[in-house]
Amino acid sequence: MTEALQNAMDPADEAQPVAAPGRDLFAKFDPLIAEREALLSTGVRDPFGLVMEKVLSPTRAIIRGKETILLGTYNYMGMTFDPDVIAAGKKALDDYGSGTTGSRVLNGTYQGHRECEEALKEFYGTDHAMVFSTGYQANLGLMSTIAGKEDYIILDADSHASIYDGCFLGDAQIVRFRHNNVDDLARRLARLPAEAGKLVVLEGVYSMLGDIAPLKAMVEVAKRHGAMVVVDEAHGMGFFGAHGRGVFEEAEVEDQVEFVVGTFSKSVGTVGGFVVSNHPKFEVLRLVCRPYVFTASLPPSVVATAATSIRKLMHAEEKRAHLWKNSRRLHLGLRELGFTLATPEAQSAIIAVLLADQETTVRMWQALLEAGLYVNMARPPATPTGTFLLRCSLCASHTDEEVGQIIEMFAGAGRATGVIG
Amino acid sequence: MTDRDQTFAKVAELIEPFNKKGVALTDSTTFAGDLEWDSLVVMDFVASVEDEFDILITMNMQAEIETVGQLVDAVAKLKAEG
Repeated sequence: MTEALQNAMDPADEAQPVAAPGRDLFAKFDPLIAEREALLSTGVRDPFGLVMEKVLSPTRAIIRGKETILLGTYNYMGMTFDPDVIAAGKKALDDYGSGTTGSRVLNGTYQGHRECEEALKEFYGTDHAMVFSTGYQANLGLMSTIAGKEDYIILDADSHASIYDGCFLGDAQIVRFRHNNVDDLARRLARLPAEAGKLVVLEGVYSMLGDIAPLKAMVEVAKRHGAMVVVDEAHGMGFFGAHGRGVFEEAEVEDQVEFVVGTFSKSVGTVGGFVVSNHPKFEVLRLVCRPYVFTASLPPSVVATAATSIRKLMHAEEKRAHLWKNSRRLHLGLRELGFTLATPEAQSAIIAVLLADQETTVRMWQALLEAGLYVNMARPPATPTGTFLLRCSLCASHTDEEVGQIIEMFAGAGRATGVIG
Repeated sequence: MTDRDQTFAKVAELIEPFNKKGVALTDSTTFAGDLEWDSLVVMDFVASVEDEFDILITMNMQAEIETVGQLVDAVAKLKAEG
């Protein structure tokens, strides 16, 4: 400690240090705070401040005392209340405790983490599986670790925030191509040095608009230019392809995709992320991937519920078929009512209703909520330029009767707000 | 017209569809401040510049480019390297 500092800290010193006037680092958020206050002052409820007071099932919750149908949860396969899944979680809590309090590479790998990785390897038919604490961290870890300063990551402009953040965490050169545009991807790959390492990052389903990627054509272009390929199947796992692996399975490019990233927080029904691969050196990632090493592993109950759910999803043909039926029926119903939808037909379990502006979108969102239906509201910059939307995600547990009610609620709210005639 | 003037003119032409406020363009015009572009507009614009000049402007490079003049210089440099 320097003499000056000693003096400054001496309680006997009468000259107390004076705090210099500083800049409030929160000033940069003033425009957003003002915009929110203006919106909420019109009397609408806060679309980003909703609380589920009770959750009754994968498709129903109590919100402000009212029983509400959930149509914005990503709980595609309705696994959150599956009796086998719940029982596995309870048993793991009893047998292994509430948490691991440690990293996967130190004290945080329990038998359950290994069993969960075994379930993933079986589900995907791969040699390797690595479980992360969230899907966000799986993307953060993969992108930032495998592509170095001399390498290129080529990603779709509409990629999820976790993919962008993974790129920013690493040192690679980042190149974007226009969303789902095969020619745009091909042009950019052709401009890269032939000898450079390249990683093309694609998503099976893009979650804002619910559109799927033309993976067959894109993977072919990537391979023609010597790139490795990763496909994020967060919104495709469970109900695309013969085994429910995702859009890449349905597109028949399984043998050309080096890495598949996924999450437990959608079809699997809990929380966590993973990467599966057949790359012979894949296991080294456990030692060098910072978002894997420097965080606590998932609680035993979570990996137990995930493993049980994944194994059940291998044989969920009926649920898959019902989910697709629900999605197609809702898409048709909303289209017939006159709503503008983001895709010409139901391409996934996400149906995005496009609206003119923020005010209309919030009014419509609130009218639906008051009728007893919860959907997600999304706005730029999470959505493509100038797009305000209500995002609906269907669940295999929505009954035929519920889908009918949902369409009626949209009809009522749409007419009340003037969105449809 | 010098090469740089020609590049400037072409870049200015590509800016126009996104120049909603009709801001007069100089070397010191900023994309975020003067043109008020958000990240999504930047993406569309950069893609059009890349295709016009047959170059790649990585996101790493984009982080260093704040003004029209800096972009024109970067395009000239990338064209020379290509």
